[in-house]
Amino acid sequence: MAATFASSSSPSLIDTLFQRSLDDVIRALRSSSSAALEAAAIARALDEIRREIRSPDLDTKVVALQKLTYLASLHHFDMSWAAFHALELLPSTSLPHPRAAYLAASLSFHPSSTDLLPLATHQLRKHLAPSPSNSPALAAPALHLLALASSPNLARHLAPDLLPILSSQSSSNLLRPKAVATALRALAVCPDAAPILFKPLVECLSLSSDPRAVSAAIGAFCELALAAPDPSPYLPLAPEFYRLLVDSRNNWVTIKVLKIFSRLASLEPRVAARIVDPVCELLRCSPAKSLVFECIRTVFSSLLDHDAAVRLAVDKIKEFLASDDDPNLRYLGLQALNMLGPAHSWAVEDSREVVIQALNDTDTNIRREALRLIMVNLCDSNVVDICNMLIKYAIKSDPEFANEIIDSVLATCGRNVYELIVDFDWYVSLLGEMVRNPHFAKGDETERQLVDIGLRVRDARPELIHVARNLLIDPALLGNPFLCRVLSAAAWVSGEYVEFSRNPLELVEALLQPRTNLLPPFVRAVYVQAVFKILAYSFISFIEQIQAGESLAIGNSLNQRGKQEGSDLLAAKSSSDQNNAFEIGHGVATADNAILFDSIEKQEIFKHESISCLLNLIETVVGPLSECDEVEVQERARNVLGLVLIIRGTQFWNIEEEHELTRDNKITKIVELMEAAFSEELGPVSTNAQKRVSVPEGLILNENLSDLLDILGDDGISPCASVSFSFRNHHPTETNKDSASAIEPNSLLSEHRKRHGLYYLPMDNDKSESNDYPCASEPLLPVSHGEDTEDIVKLPAQSLIPEKEKPTRTRPVVIRLDEGDGVLSANLATARESKHDLLSGAIRDVLLRNEKKPSSMHETSPPDRTSQRRENDACENSELISQQKESNSFGDREHGNSSSRKSRPHHKERIESSEQNEEKSHRHSGKSSRHHRRHKHRQREDAPLDIVPQAPVIQDFLL
Amino acid sequence: MIRAVIVMNTQGKPRLLKFYEFQPPEKQQELTRSVFAVLSGRPDNVSNFVEADAIFGPGTRLVYKHLATLYFVFVFDSCENELAMLDLIQVLVETLDRCFKNVCELDIVFNFNKMHTILDEIIFGGQVLETSSERVLKAVEEISRLEKSASSVSFVPKSVSGRFGR
Repeated sequence: MAATFASSSSPSLIDTLFQRSLDDVIRALRSSSSAALEAAAIARALDEIRREIRSPDLDTKVVALQKLTYLASLHHFDMSWAAFHALELLPSTSLPHPRAAYLAASLSFHPSSTDLLPLATHQLRKHLAPSPSNSPALAAPALHLLALASSPNLARHLAPDLLPILSSQSSSNLLRPKAVATALRALAVCPDAAPILFKPLVECLSLSSDPRAVSAAIGAFCELALAAPDPSPYLPLAPEFYRLLVDSRNNWVTIKVLKIFSRLASLEPRVAARIVDPVCELLRCSPAKSLVFECIRTVFSSLLDHDAAVRLAVDKIKEFLASDDDPNLRYLGLQALNMLGPAHSWAVEDSREVVIQALNDTDTNIRREALRLIMVNLCDSNVVDICNMLIKYAIKSDPEFANEIIDSVLATCGRNVYELIVDFDWYVSLLGEMVRNPHFAKGDETERQLVDIGLRVRDARPELIHVARNLLIDPALLGNPFLCRVLSAAAWVSGEYVEFSRNPLELVEALLQPRTNLLPPFVRAVYVQAVFKILAYSFISFIEQIQAGESLAIGNSLNQRGKQEGSDLLAAKSSSDQNNAFEIGHGVATADNAILFDSIEKQEIFKHESISCLLNLIETVVGPLSECDEVEVQERARNVLGLVLIIRGTQFWNIEEEHELTRDNKITKIVELMEAAFSEELGPVSTNAQKRVSVPEGLILNENLSDLLDILGDDGISPCASVSFSFRNHHPTETNKDSASAIEPNSLLSEHRKRHGLYYLPMDNDKSESNDYPCASEPLLPVSHGEDTEDIVKLPAQSLIPEKEKPTRTRPVVIRLDEGDGVLSANLATARESKHDLLSGAIRDVLLRNEKKPSSMHETSPPDRTSQRRENDACENSELISQQKESNSFGDREHGNSSSRKSRPHHKERIESSEQNEEKSHRHSGKSSRHHRRHKHRQREDAPLDIVPQAPVIQDFLL
Repeated sequence: MIRAVIVMNTQGKPRLLKFYEFQPPEKQQELTRSVFAVLSGRPDNVSNFVEADAIFGPGTRLVYKHLATLYFVFVFDSCENELAMLDLIQVLVETLDRCFKNVCELDIVFNFNKMHTILDEIIFGGQVLETSSERVLKAVEEISRLEKSASSVSFVPKSVSGRFGR
């Protein structure tokens, strides 16, 4: 090919003649079948481009640039190296050349990556200048480049050049809307341009303008008002916006006006009263769904006080929700309902069935939105029904949505320290149930809540330990990596609240079952620690039992009598005729018996044998762990073994009576010690606890820390020192241990299987060594949606209705710490960028003192333009005044005066704040400091004028 | 404003990319990939909106239309109306259809420059300018007429004649 003949350094005639066009390159790329071939084709094309783009011939250059632009845009190659070549083509007189250059530049230039654009300032200005030789085909891409890639400096320099286009009145001017969009971007990067650009933008809103210019301008104002942290500078434009809302027949314009009004309504309460009628009219009559949706949004965001409007909007939403053929409308309808919040739950109630049906939609968006809606409208009276329903539904839904359901149930129920939950026993058992969902993957939050409820809600602890026991005892759960956090929490609960357990020995067995070796070490450590606590508790209870021996003896004799009675009754039952009264007595007696038997069982747990059995079990299982690689596990295992040793040392099996205890006061000492160790109850910790600790006097923090670094650096202590320590003594036996631990669990496993056969699969298809345990619960195959629908419809009819009746249970005490949590979020809001404040300030300047001309830029703009602007000002002022008159005729004058009186100090204060902001940003950005100085200088000039009393030209259209 | 316009085929190959907030090339690639990952997972006959906070930053949304082998995607923020954006995709597609007479993916592949010309008439710097495909078409035709007349003046490359003359 030609490329091989050409010298690589300079482009030749051959290149020019045989240059491949963009289409050729695209064809070559398309014909390359594999990724490697394509890469080669691209590399070849890039080689050619590099050579061709340096050609002195502009046609060659432009084709090269087009090829490069294509590759950069669609194959993601960096083309910043060619920025200068693009600029070289701008002055060409042939129209396609600069257009190709502009396209390349607008796709790849940005002040952050290209610093060459200032070189093109002159050329841009030339293309923007209104002259007959200049076609819009050149000015438009020039504007586009300015909009997309301009730096603050460039925007400042070229802002005056936008003016002639912006203020041209001819309706055939296609450039005006483009200039409006460009002006918006220029304002965004350079707020200082506001004095020049803002007024022409306002003029574009006027009736006489080209409808496309109006549309572009309202879009620009929407952008400005919604992005500004404080939209109050745009409030004076409200009459213009209102006129557009009433008069405009263009839905695009109306949508943008509604958006602006939603933003302004939060500032000025009278806005709502003013727009409610037009909005309702649109809601009723507009055939355009987009406009209707925008009206609904406006009503829900700012017209909530107007009942008729809200009802109308809710009716429209029902129409949206009922459109079966358009999922978009259903989705947006649900989303709009979500805006309403719990205060208007009647609206959700009205469409209850549709919302519940939507949980079952094929569209994930709609399902998610329905879920969100249901969760938002949850209250303490319906939380039980709905959460039960959702968790049941989650079992059948696909994994992603199941976890979304679980996530939102956890988040909603846990919100604000479980404010929705009255019945904690129910909630805790719900947690236990949702964990068994086959797709469950929200271990972290569930772990947190299980522990947190234990700490905060004393009354929930018995149920909590019941749930924990059921989780711990099930060997199938241990293999699921998503559940290890939950099991960790369950283990902690079982250790901490063991006194509520019916059978501590069973807990220890569960905690030490063979498959716990599947758990990650940090969870195992929790397990071992829980064993420690349970062992301590069991031993203490055993000793206490002996101490209370006397009363126990009495109790036992009572039990005997009880049993006797029971058998008597049985005998009586079998022998005699049954009359009702007798039956009742019988029932009572058996109930009593059950309790008694229960208590006997509980007391008999702590026999000598059971304690020794416990000790043996612990020694067998925890013993190997004392050699574990993981320090956490190793340390805790050794603690437990230490405790076992101490207990064995007491020779507790010899103790029968209380006096033997007193004889050997070693035991009582141990018991006292252990009790002291665990008697203190753990409680929740406030997130701000650390802040409240006052720094003791004389303690200087943050000092001498560098010295510390020196000390540490000196002797080269590294964290791995401790690790080597843990390896120290078992390194040689490591292989031994491994083989031992591999064999040992087998025997334990079979024993465990014998005891808890319930949880194991039948022998034949189960390989006990392998880890592939059955899932916690049989994953139901995803049922087709048709079947599900029936289930869902069968859901409790009242599910979304907040029940009126009072809850029968009283809510248990939930420990809450003082709320200081809001403090953090408040700071965030103030940290927002100050750029928009700058812009707001500048715009306020323009709007509130539009008699005065912005003077700073005059040196850059030709004098004739200034005079033209003066004329514009004059005519605008007269227009404003006439509008003021008109608006005043709406209502009483007095009110208007008072508001204008009010507005003046307000506006002064604002200017001050904007000045402060400017100072702040001045401090931060050294780059544009020169300009800021100038800007401030201007403000200082203006300042004395401010004192001259002068009626601000905000007319009160609202009256 | 509109943050980005993406046209890609159902294999995830971009056919037209326009970001109204500057993105470096690597980032563009990443964004295109994540958009494709989201869209390819969605079945037909579901709603056309996707919350794009994770891809394009907070408050952004994405509306798409799946037509033949192409996805047309608009990314926008709270200043735009969702259904209006959906309509705008329709405007773009209609314009392409009129411009290329039964548009297909190949037209879009081989008309890179024209695609940008059309798009720039509809959306300019992230703002919607024109919603009538007829007027867009007129403007685009005017531009191509101008471009043609400019290039027909020098049908033989100037430089070639210059070189031969030397």
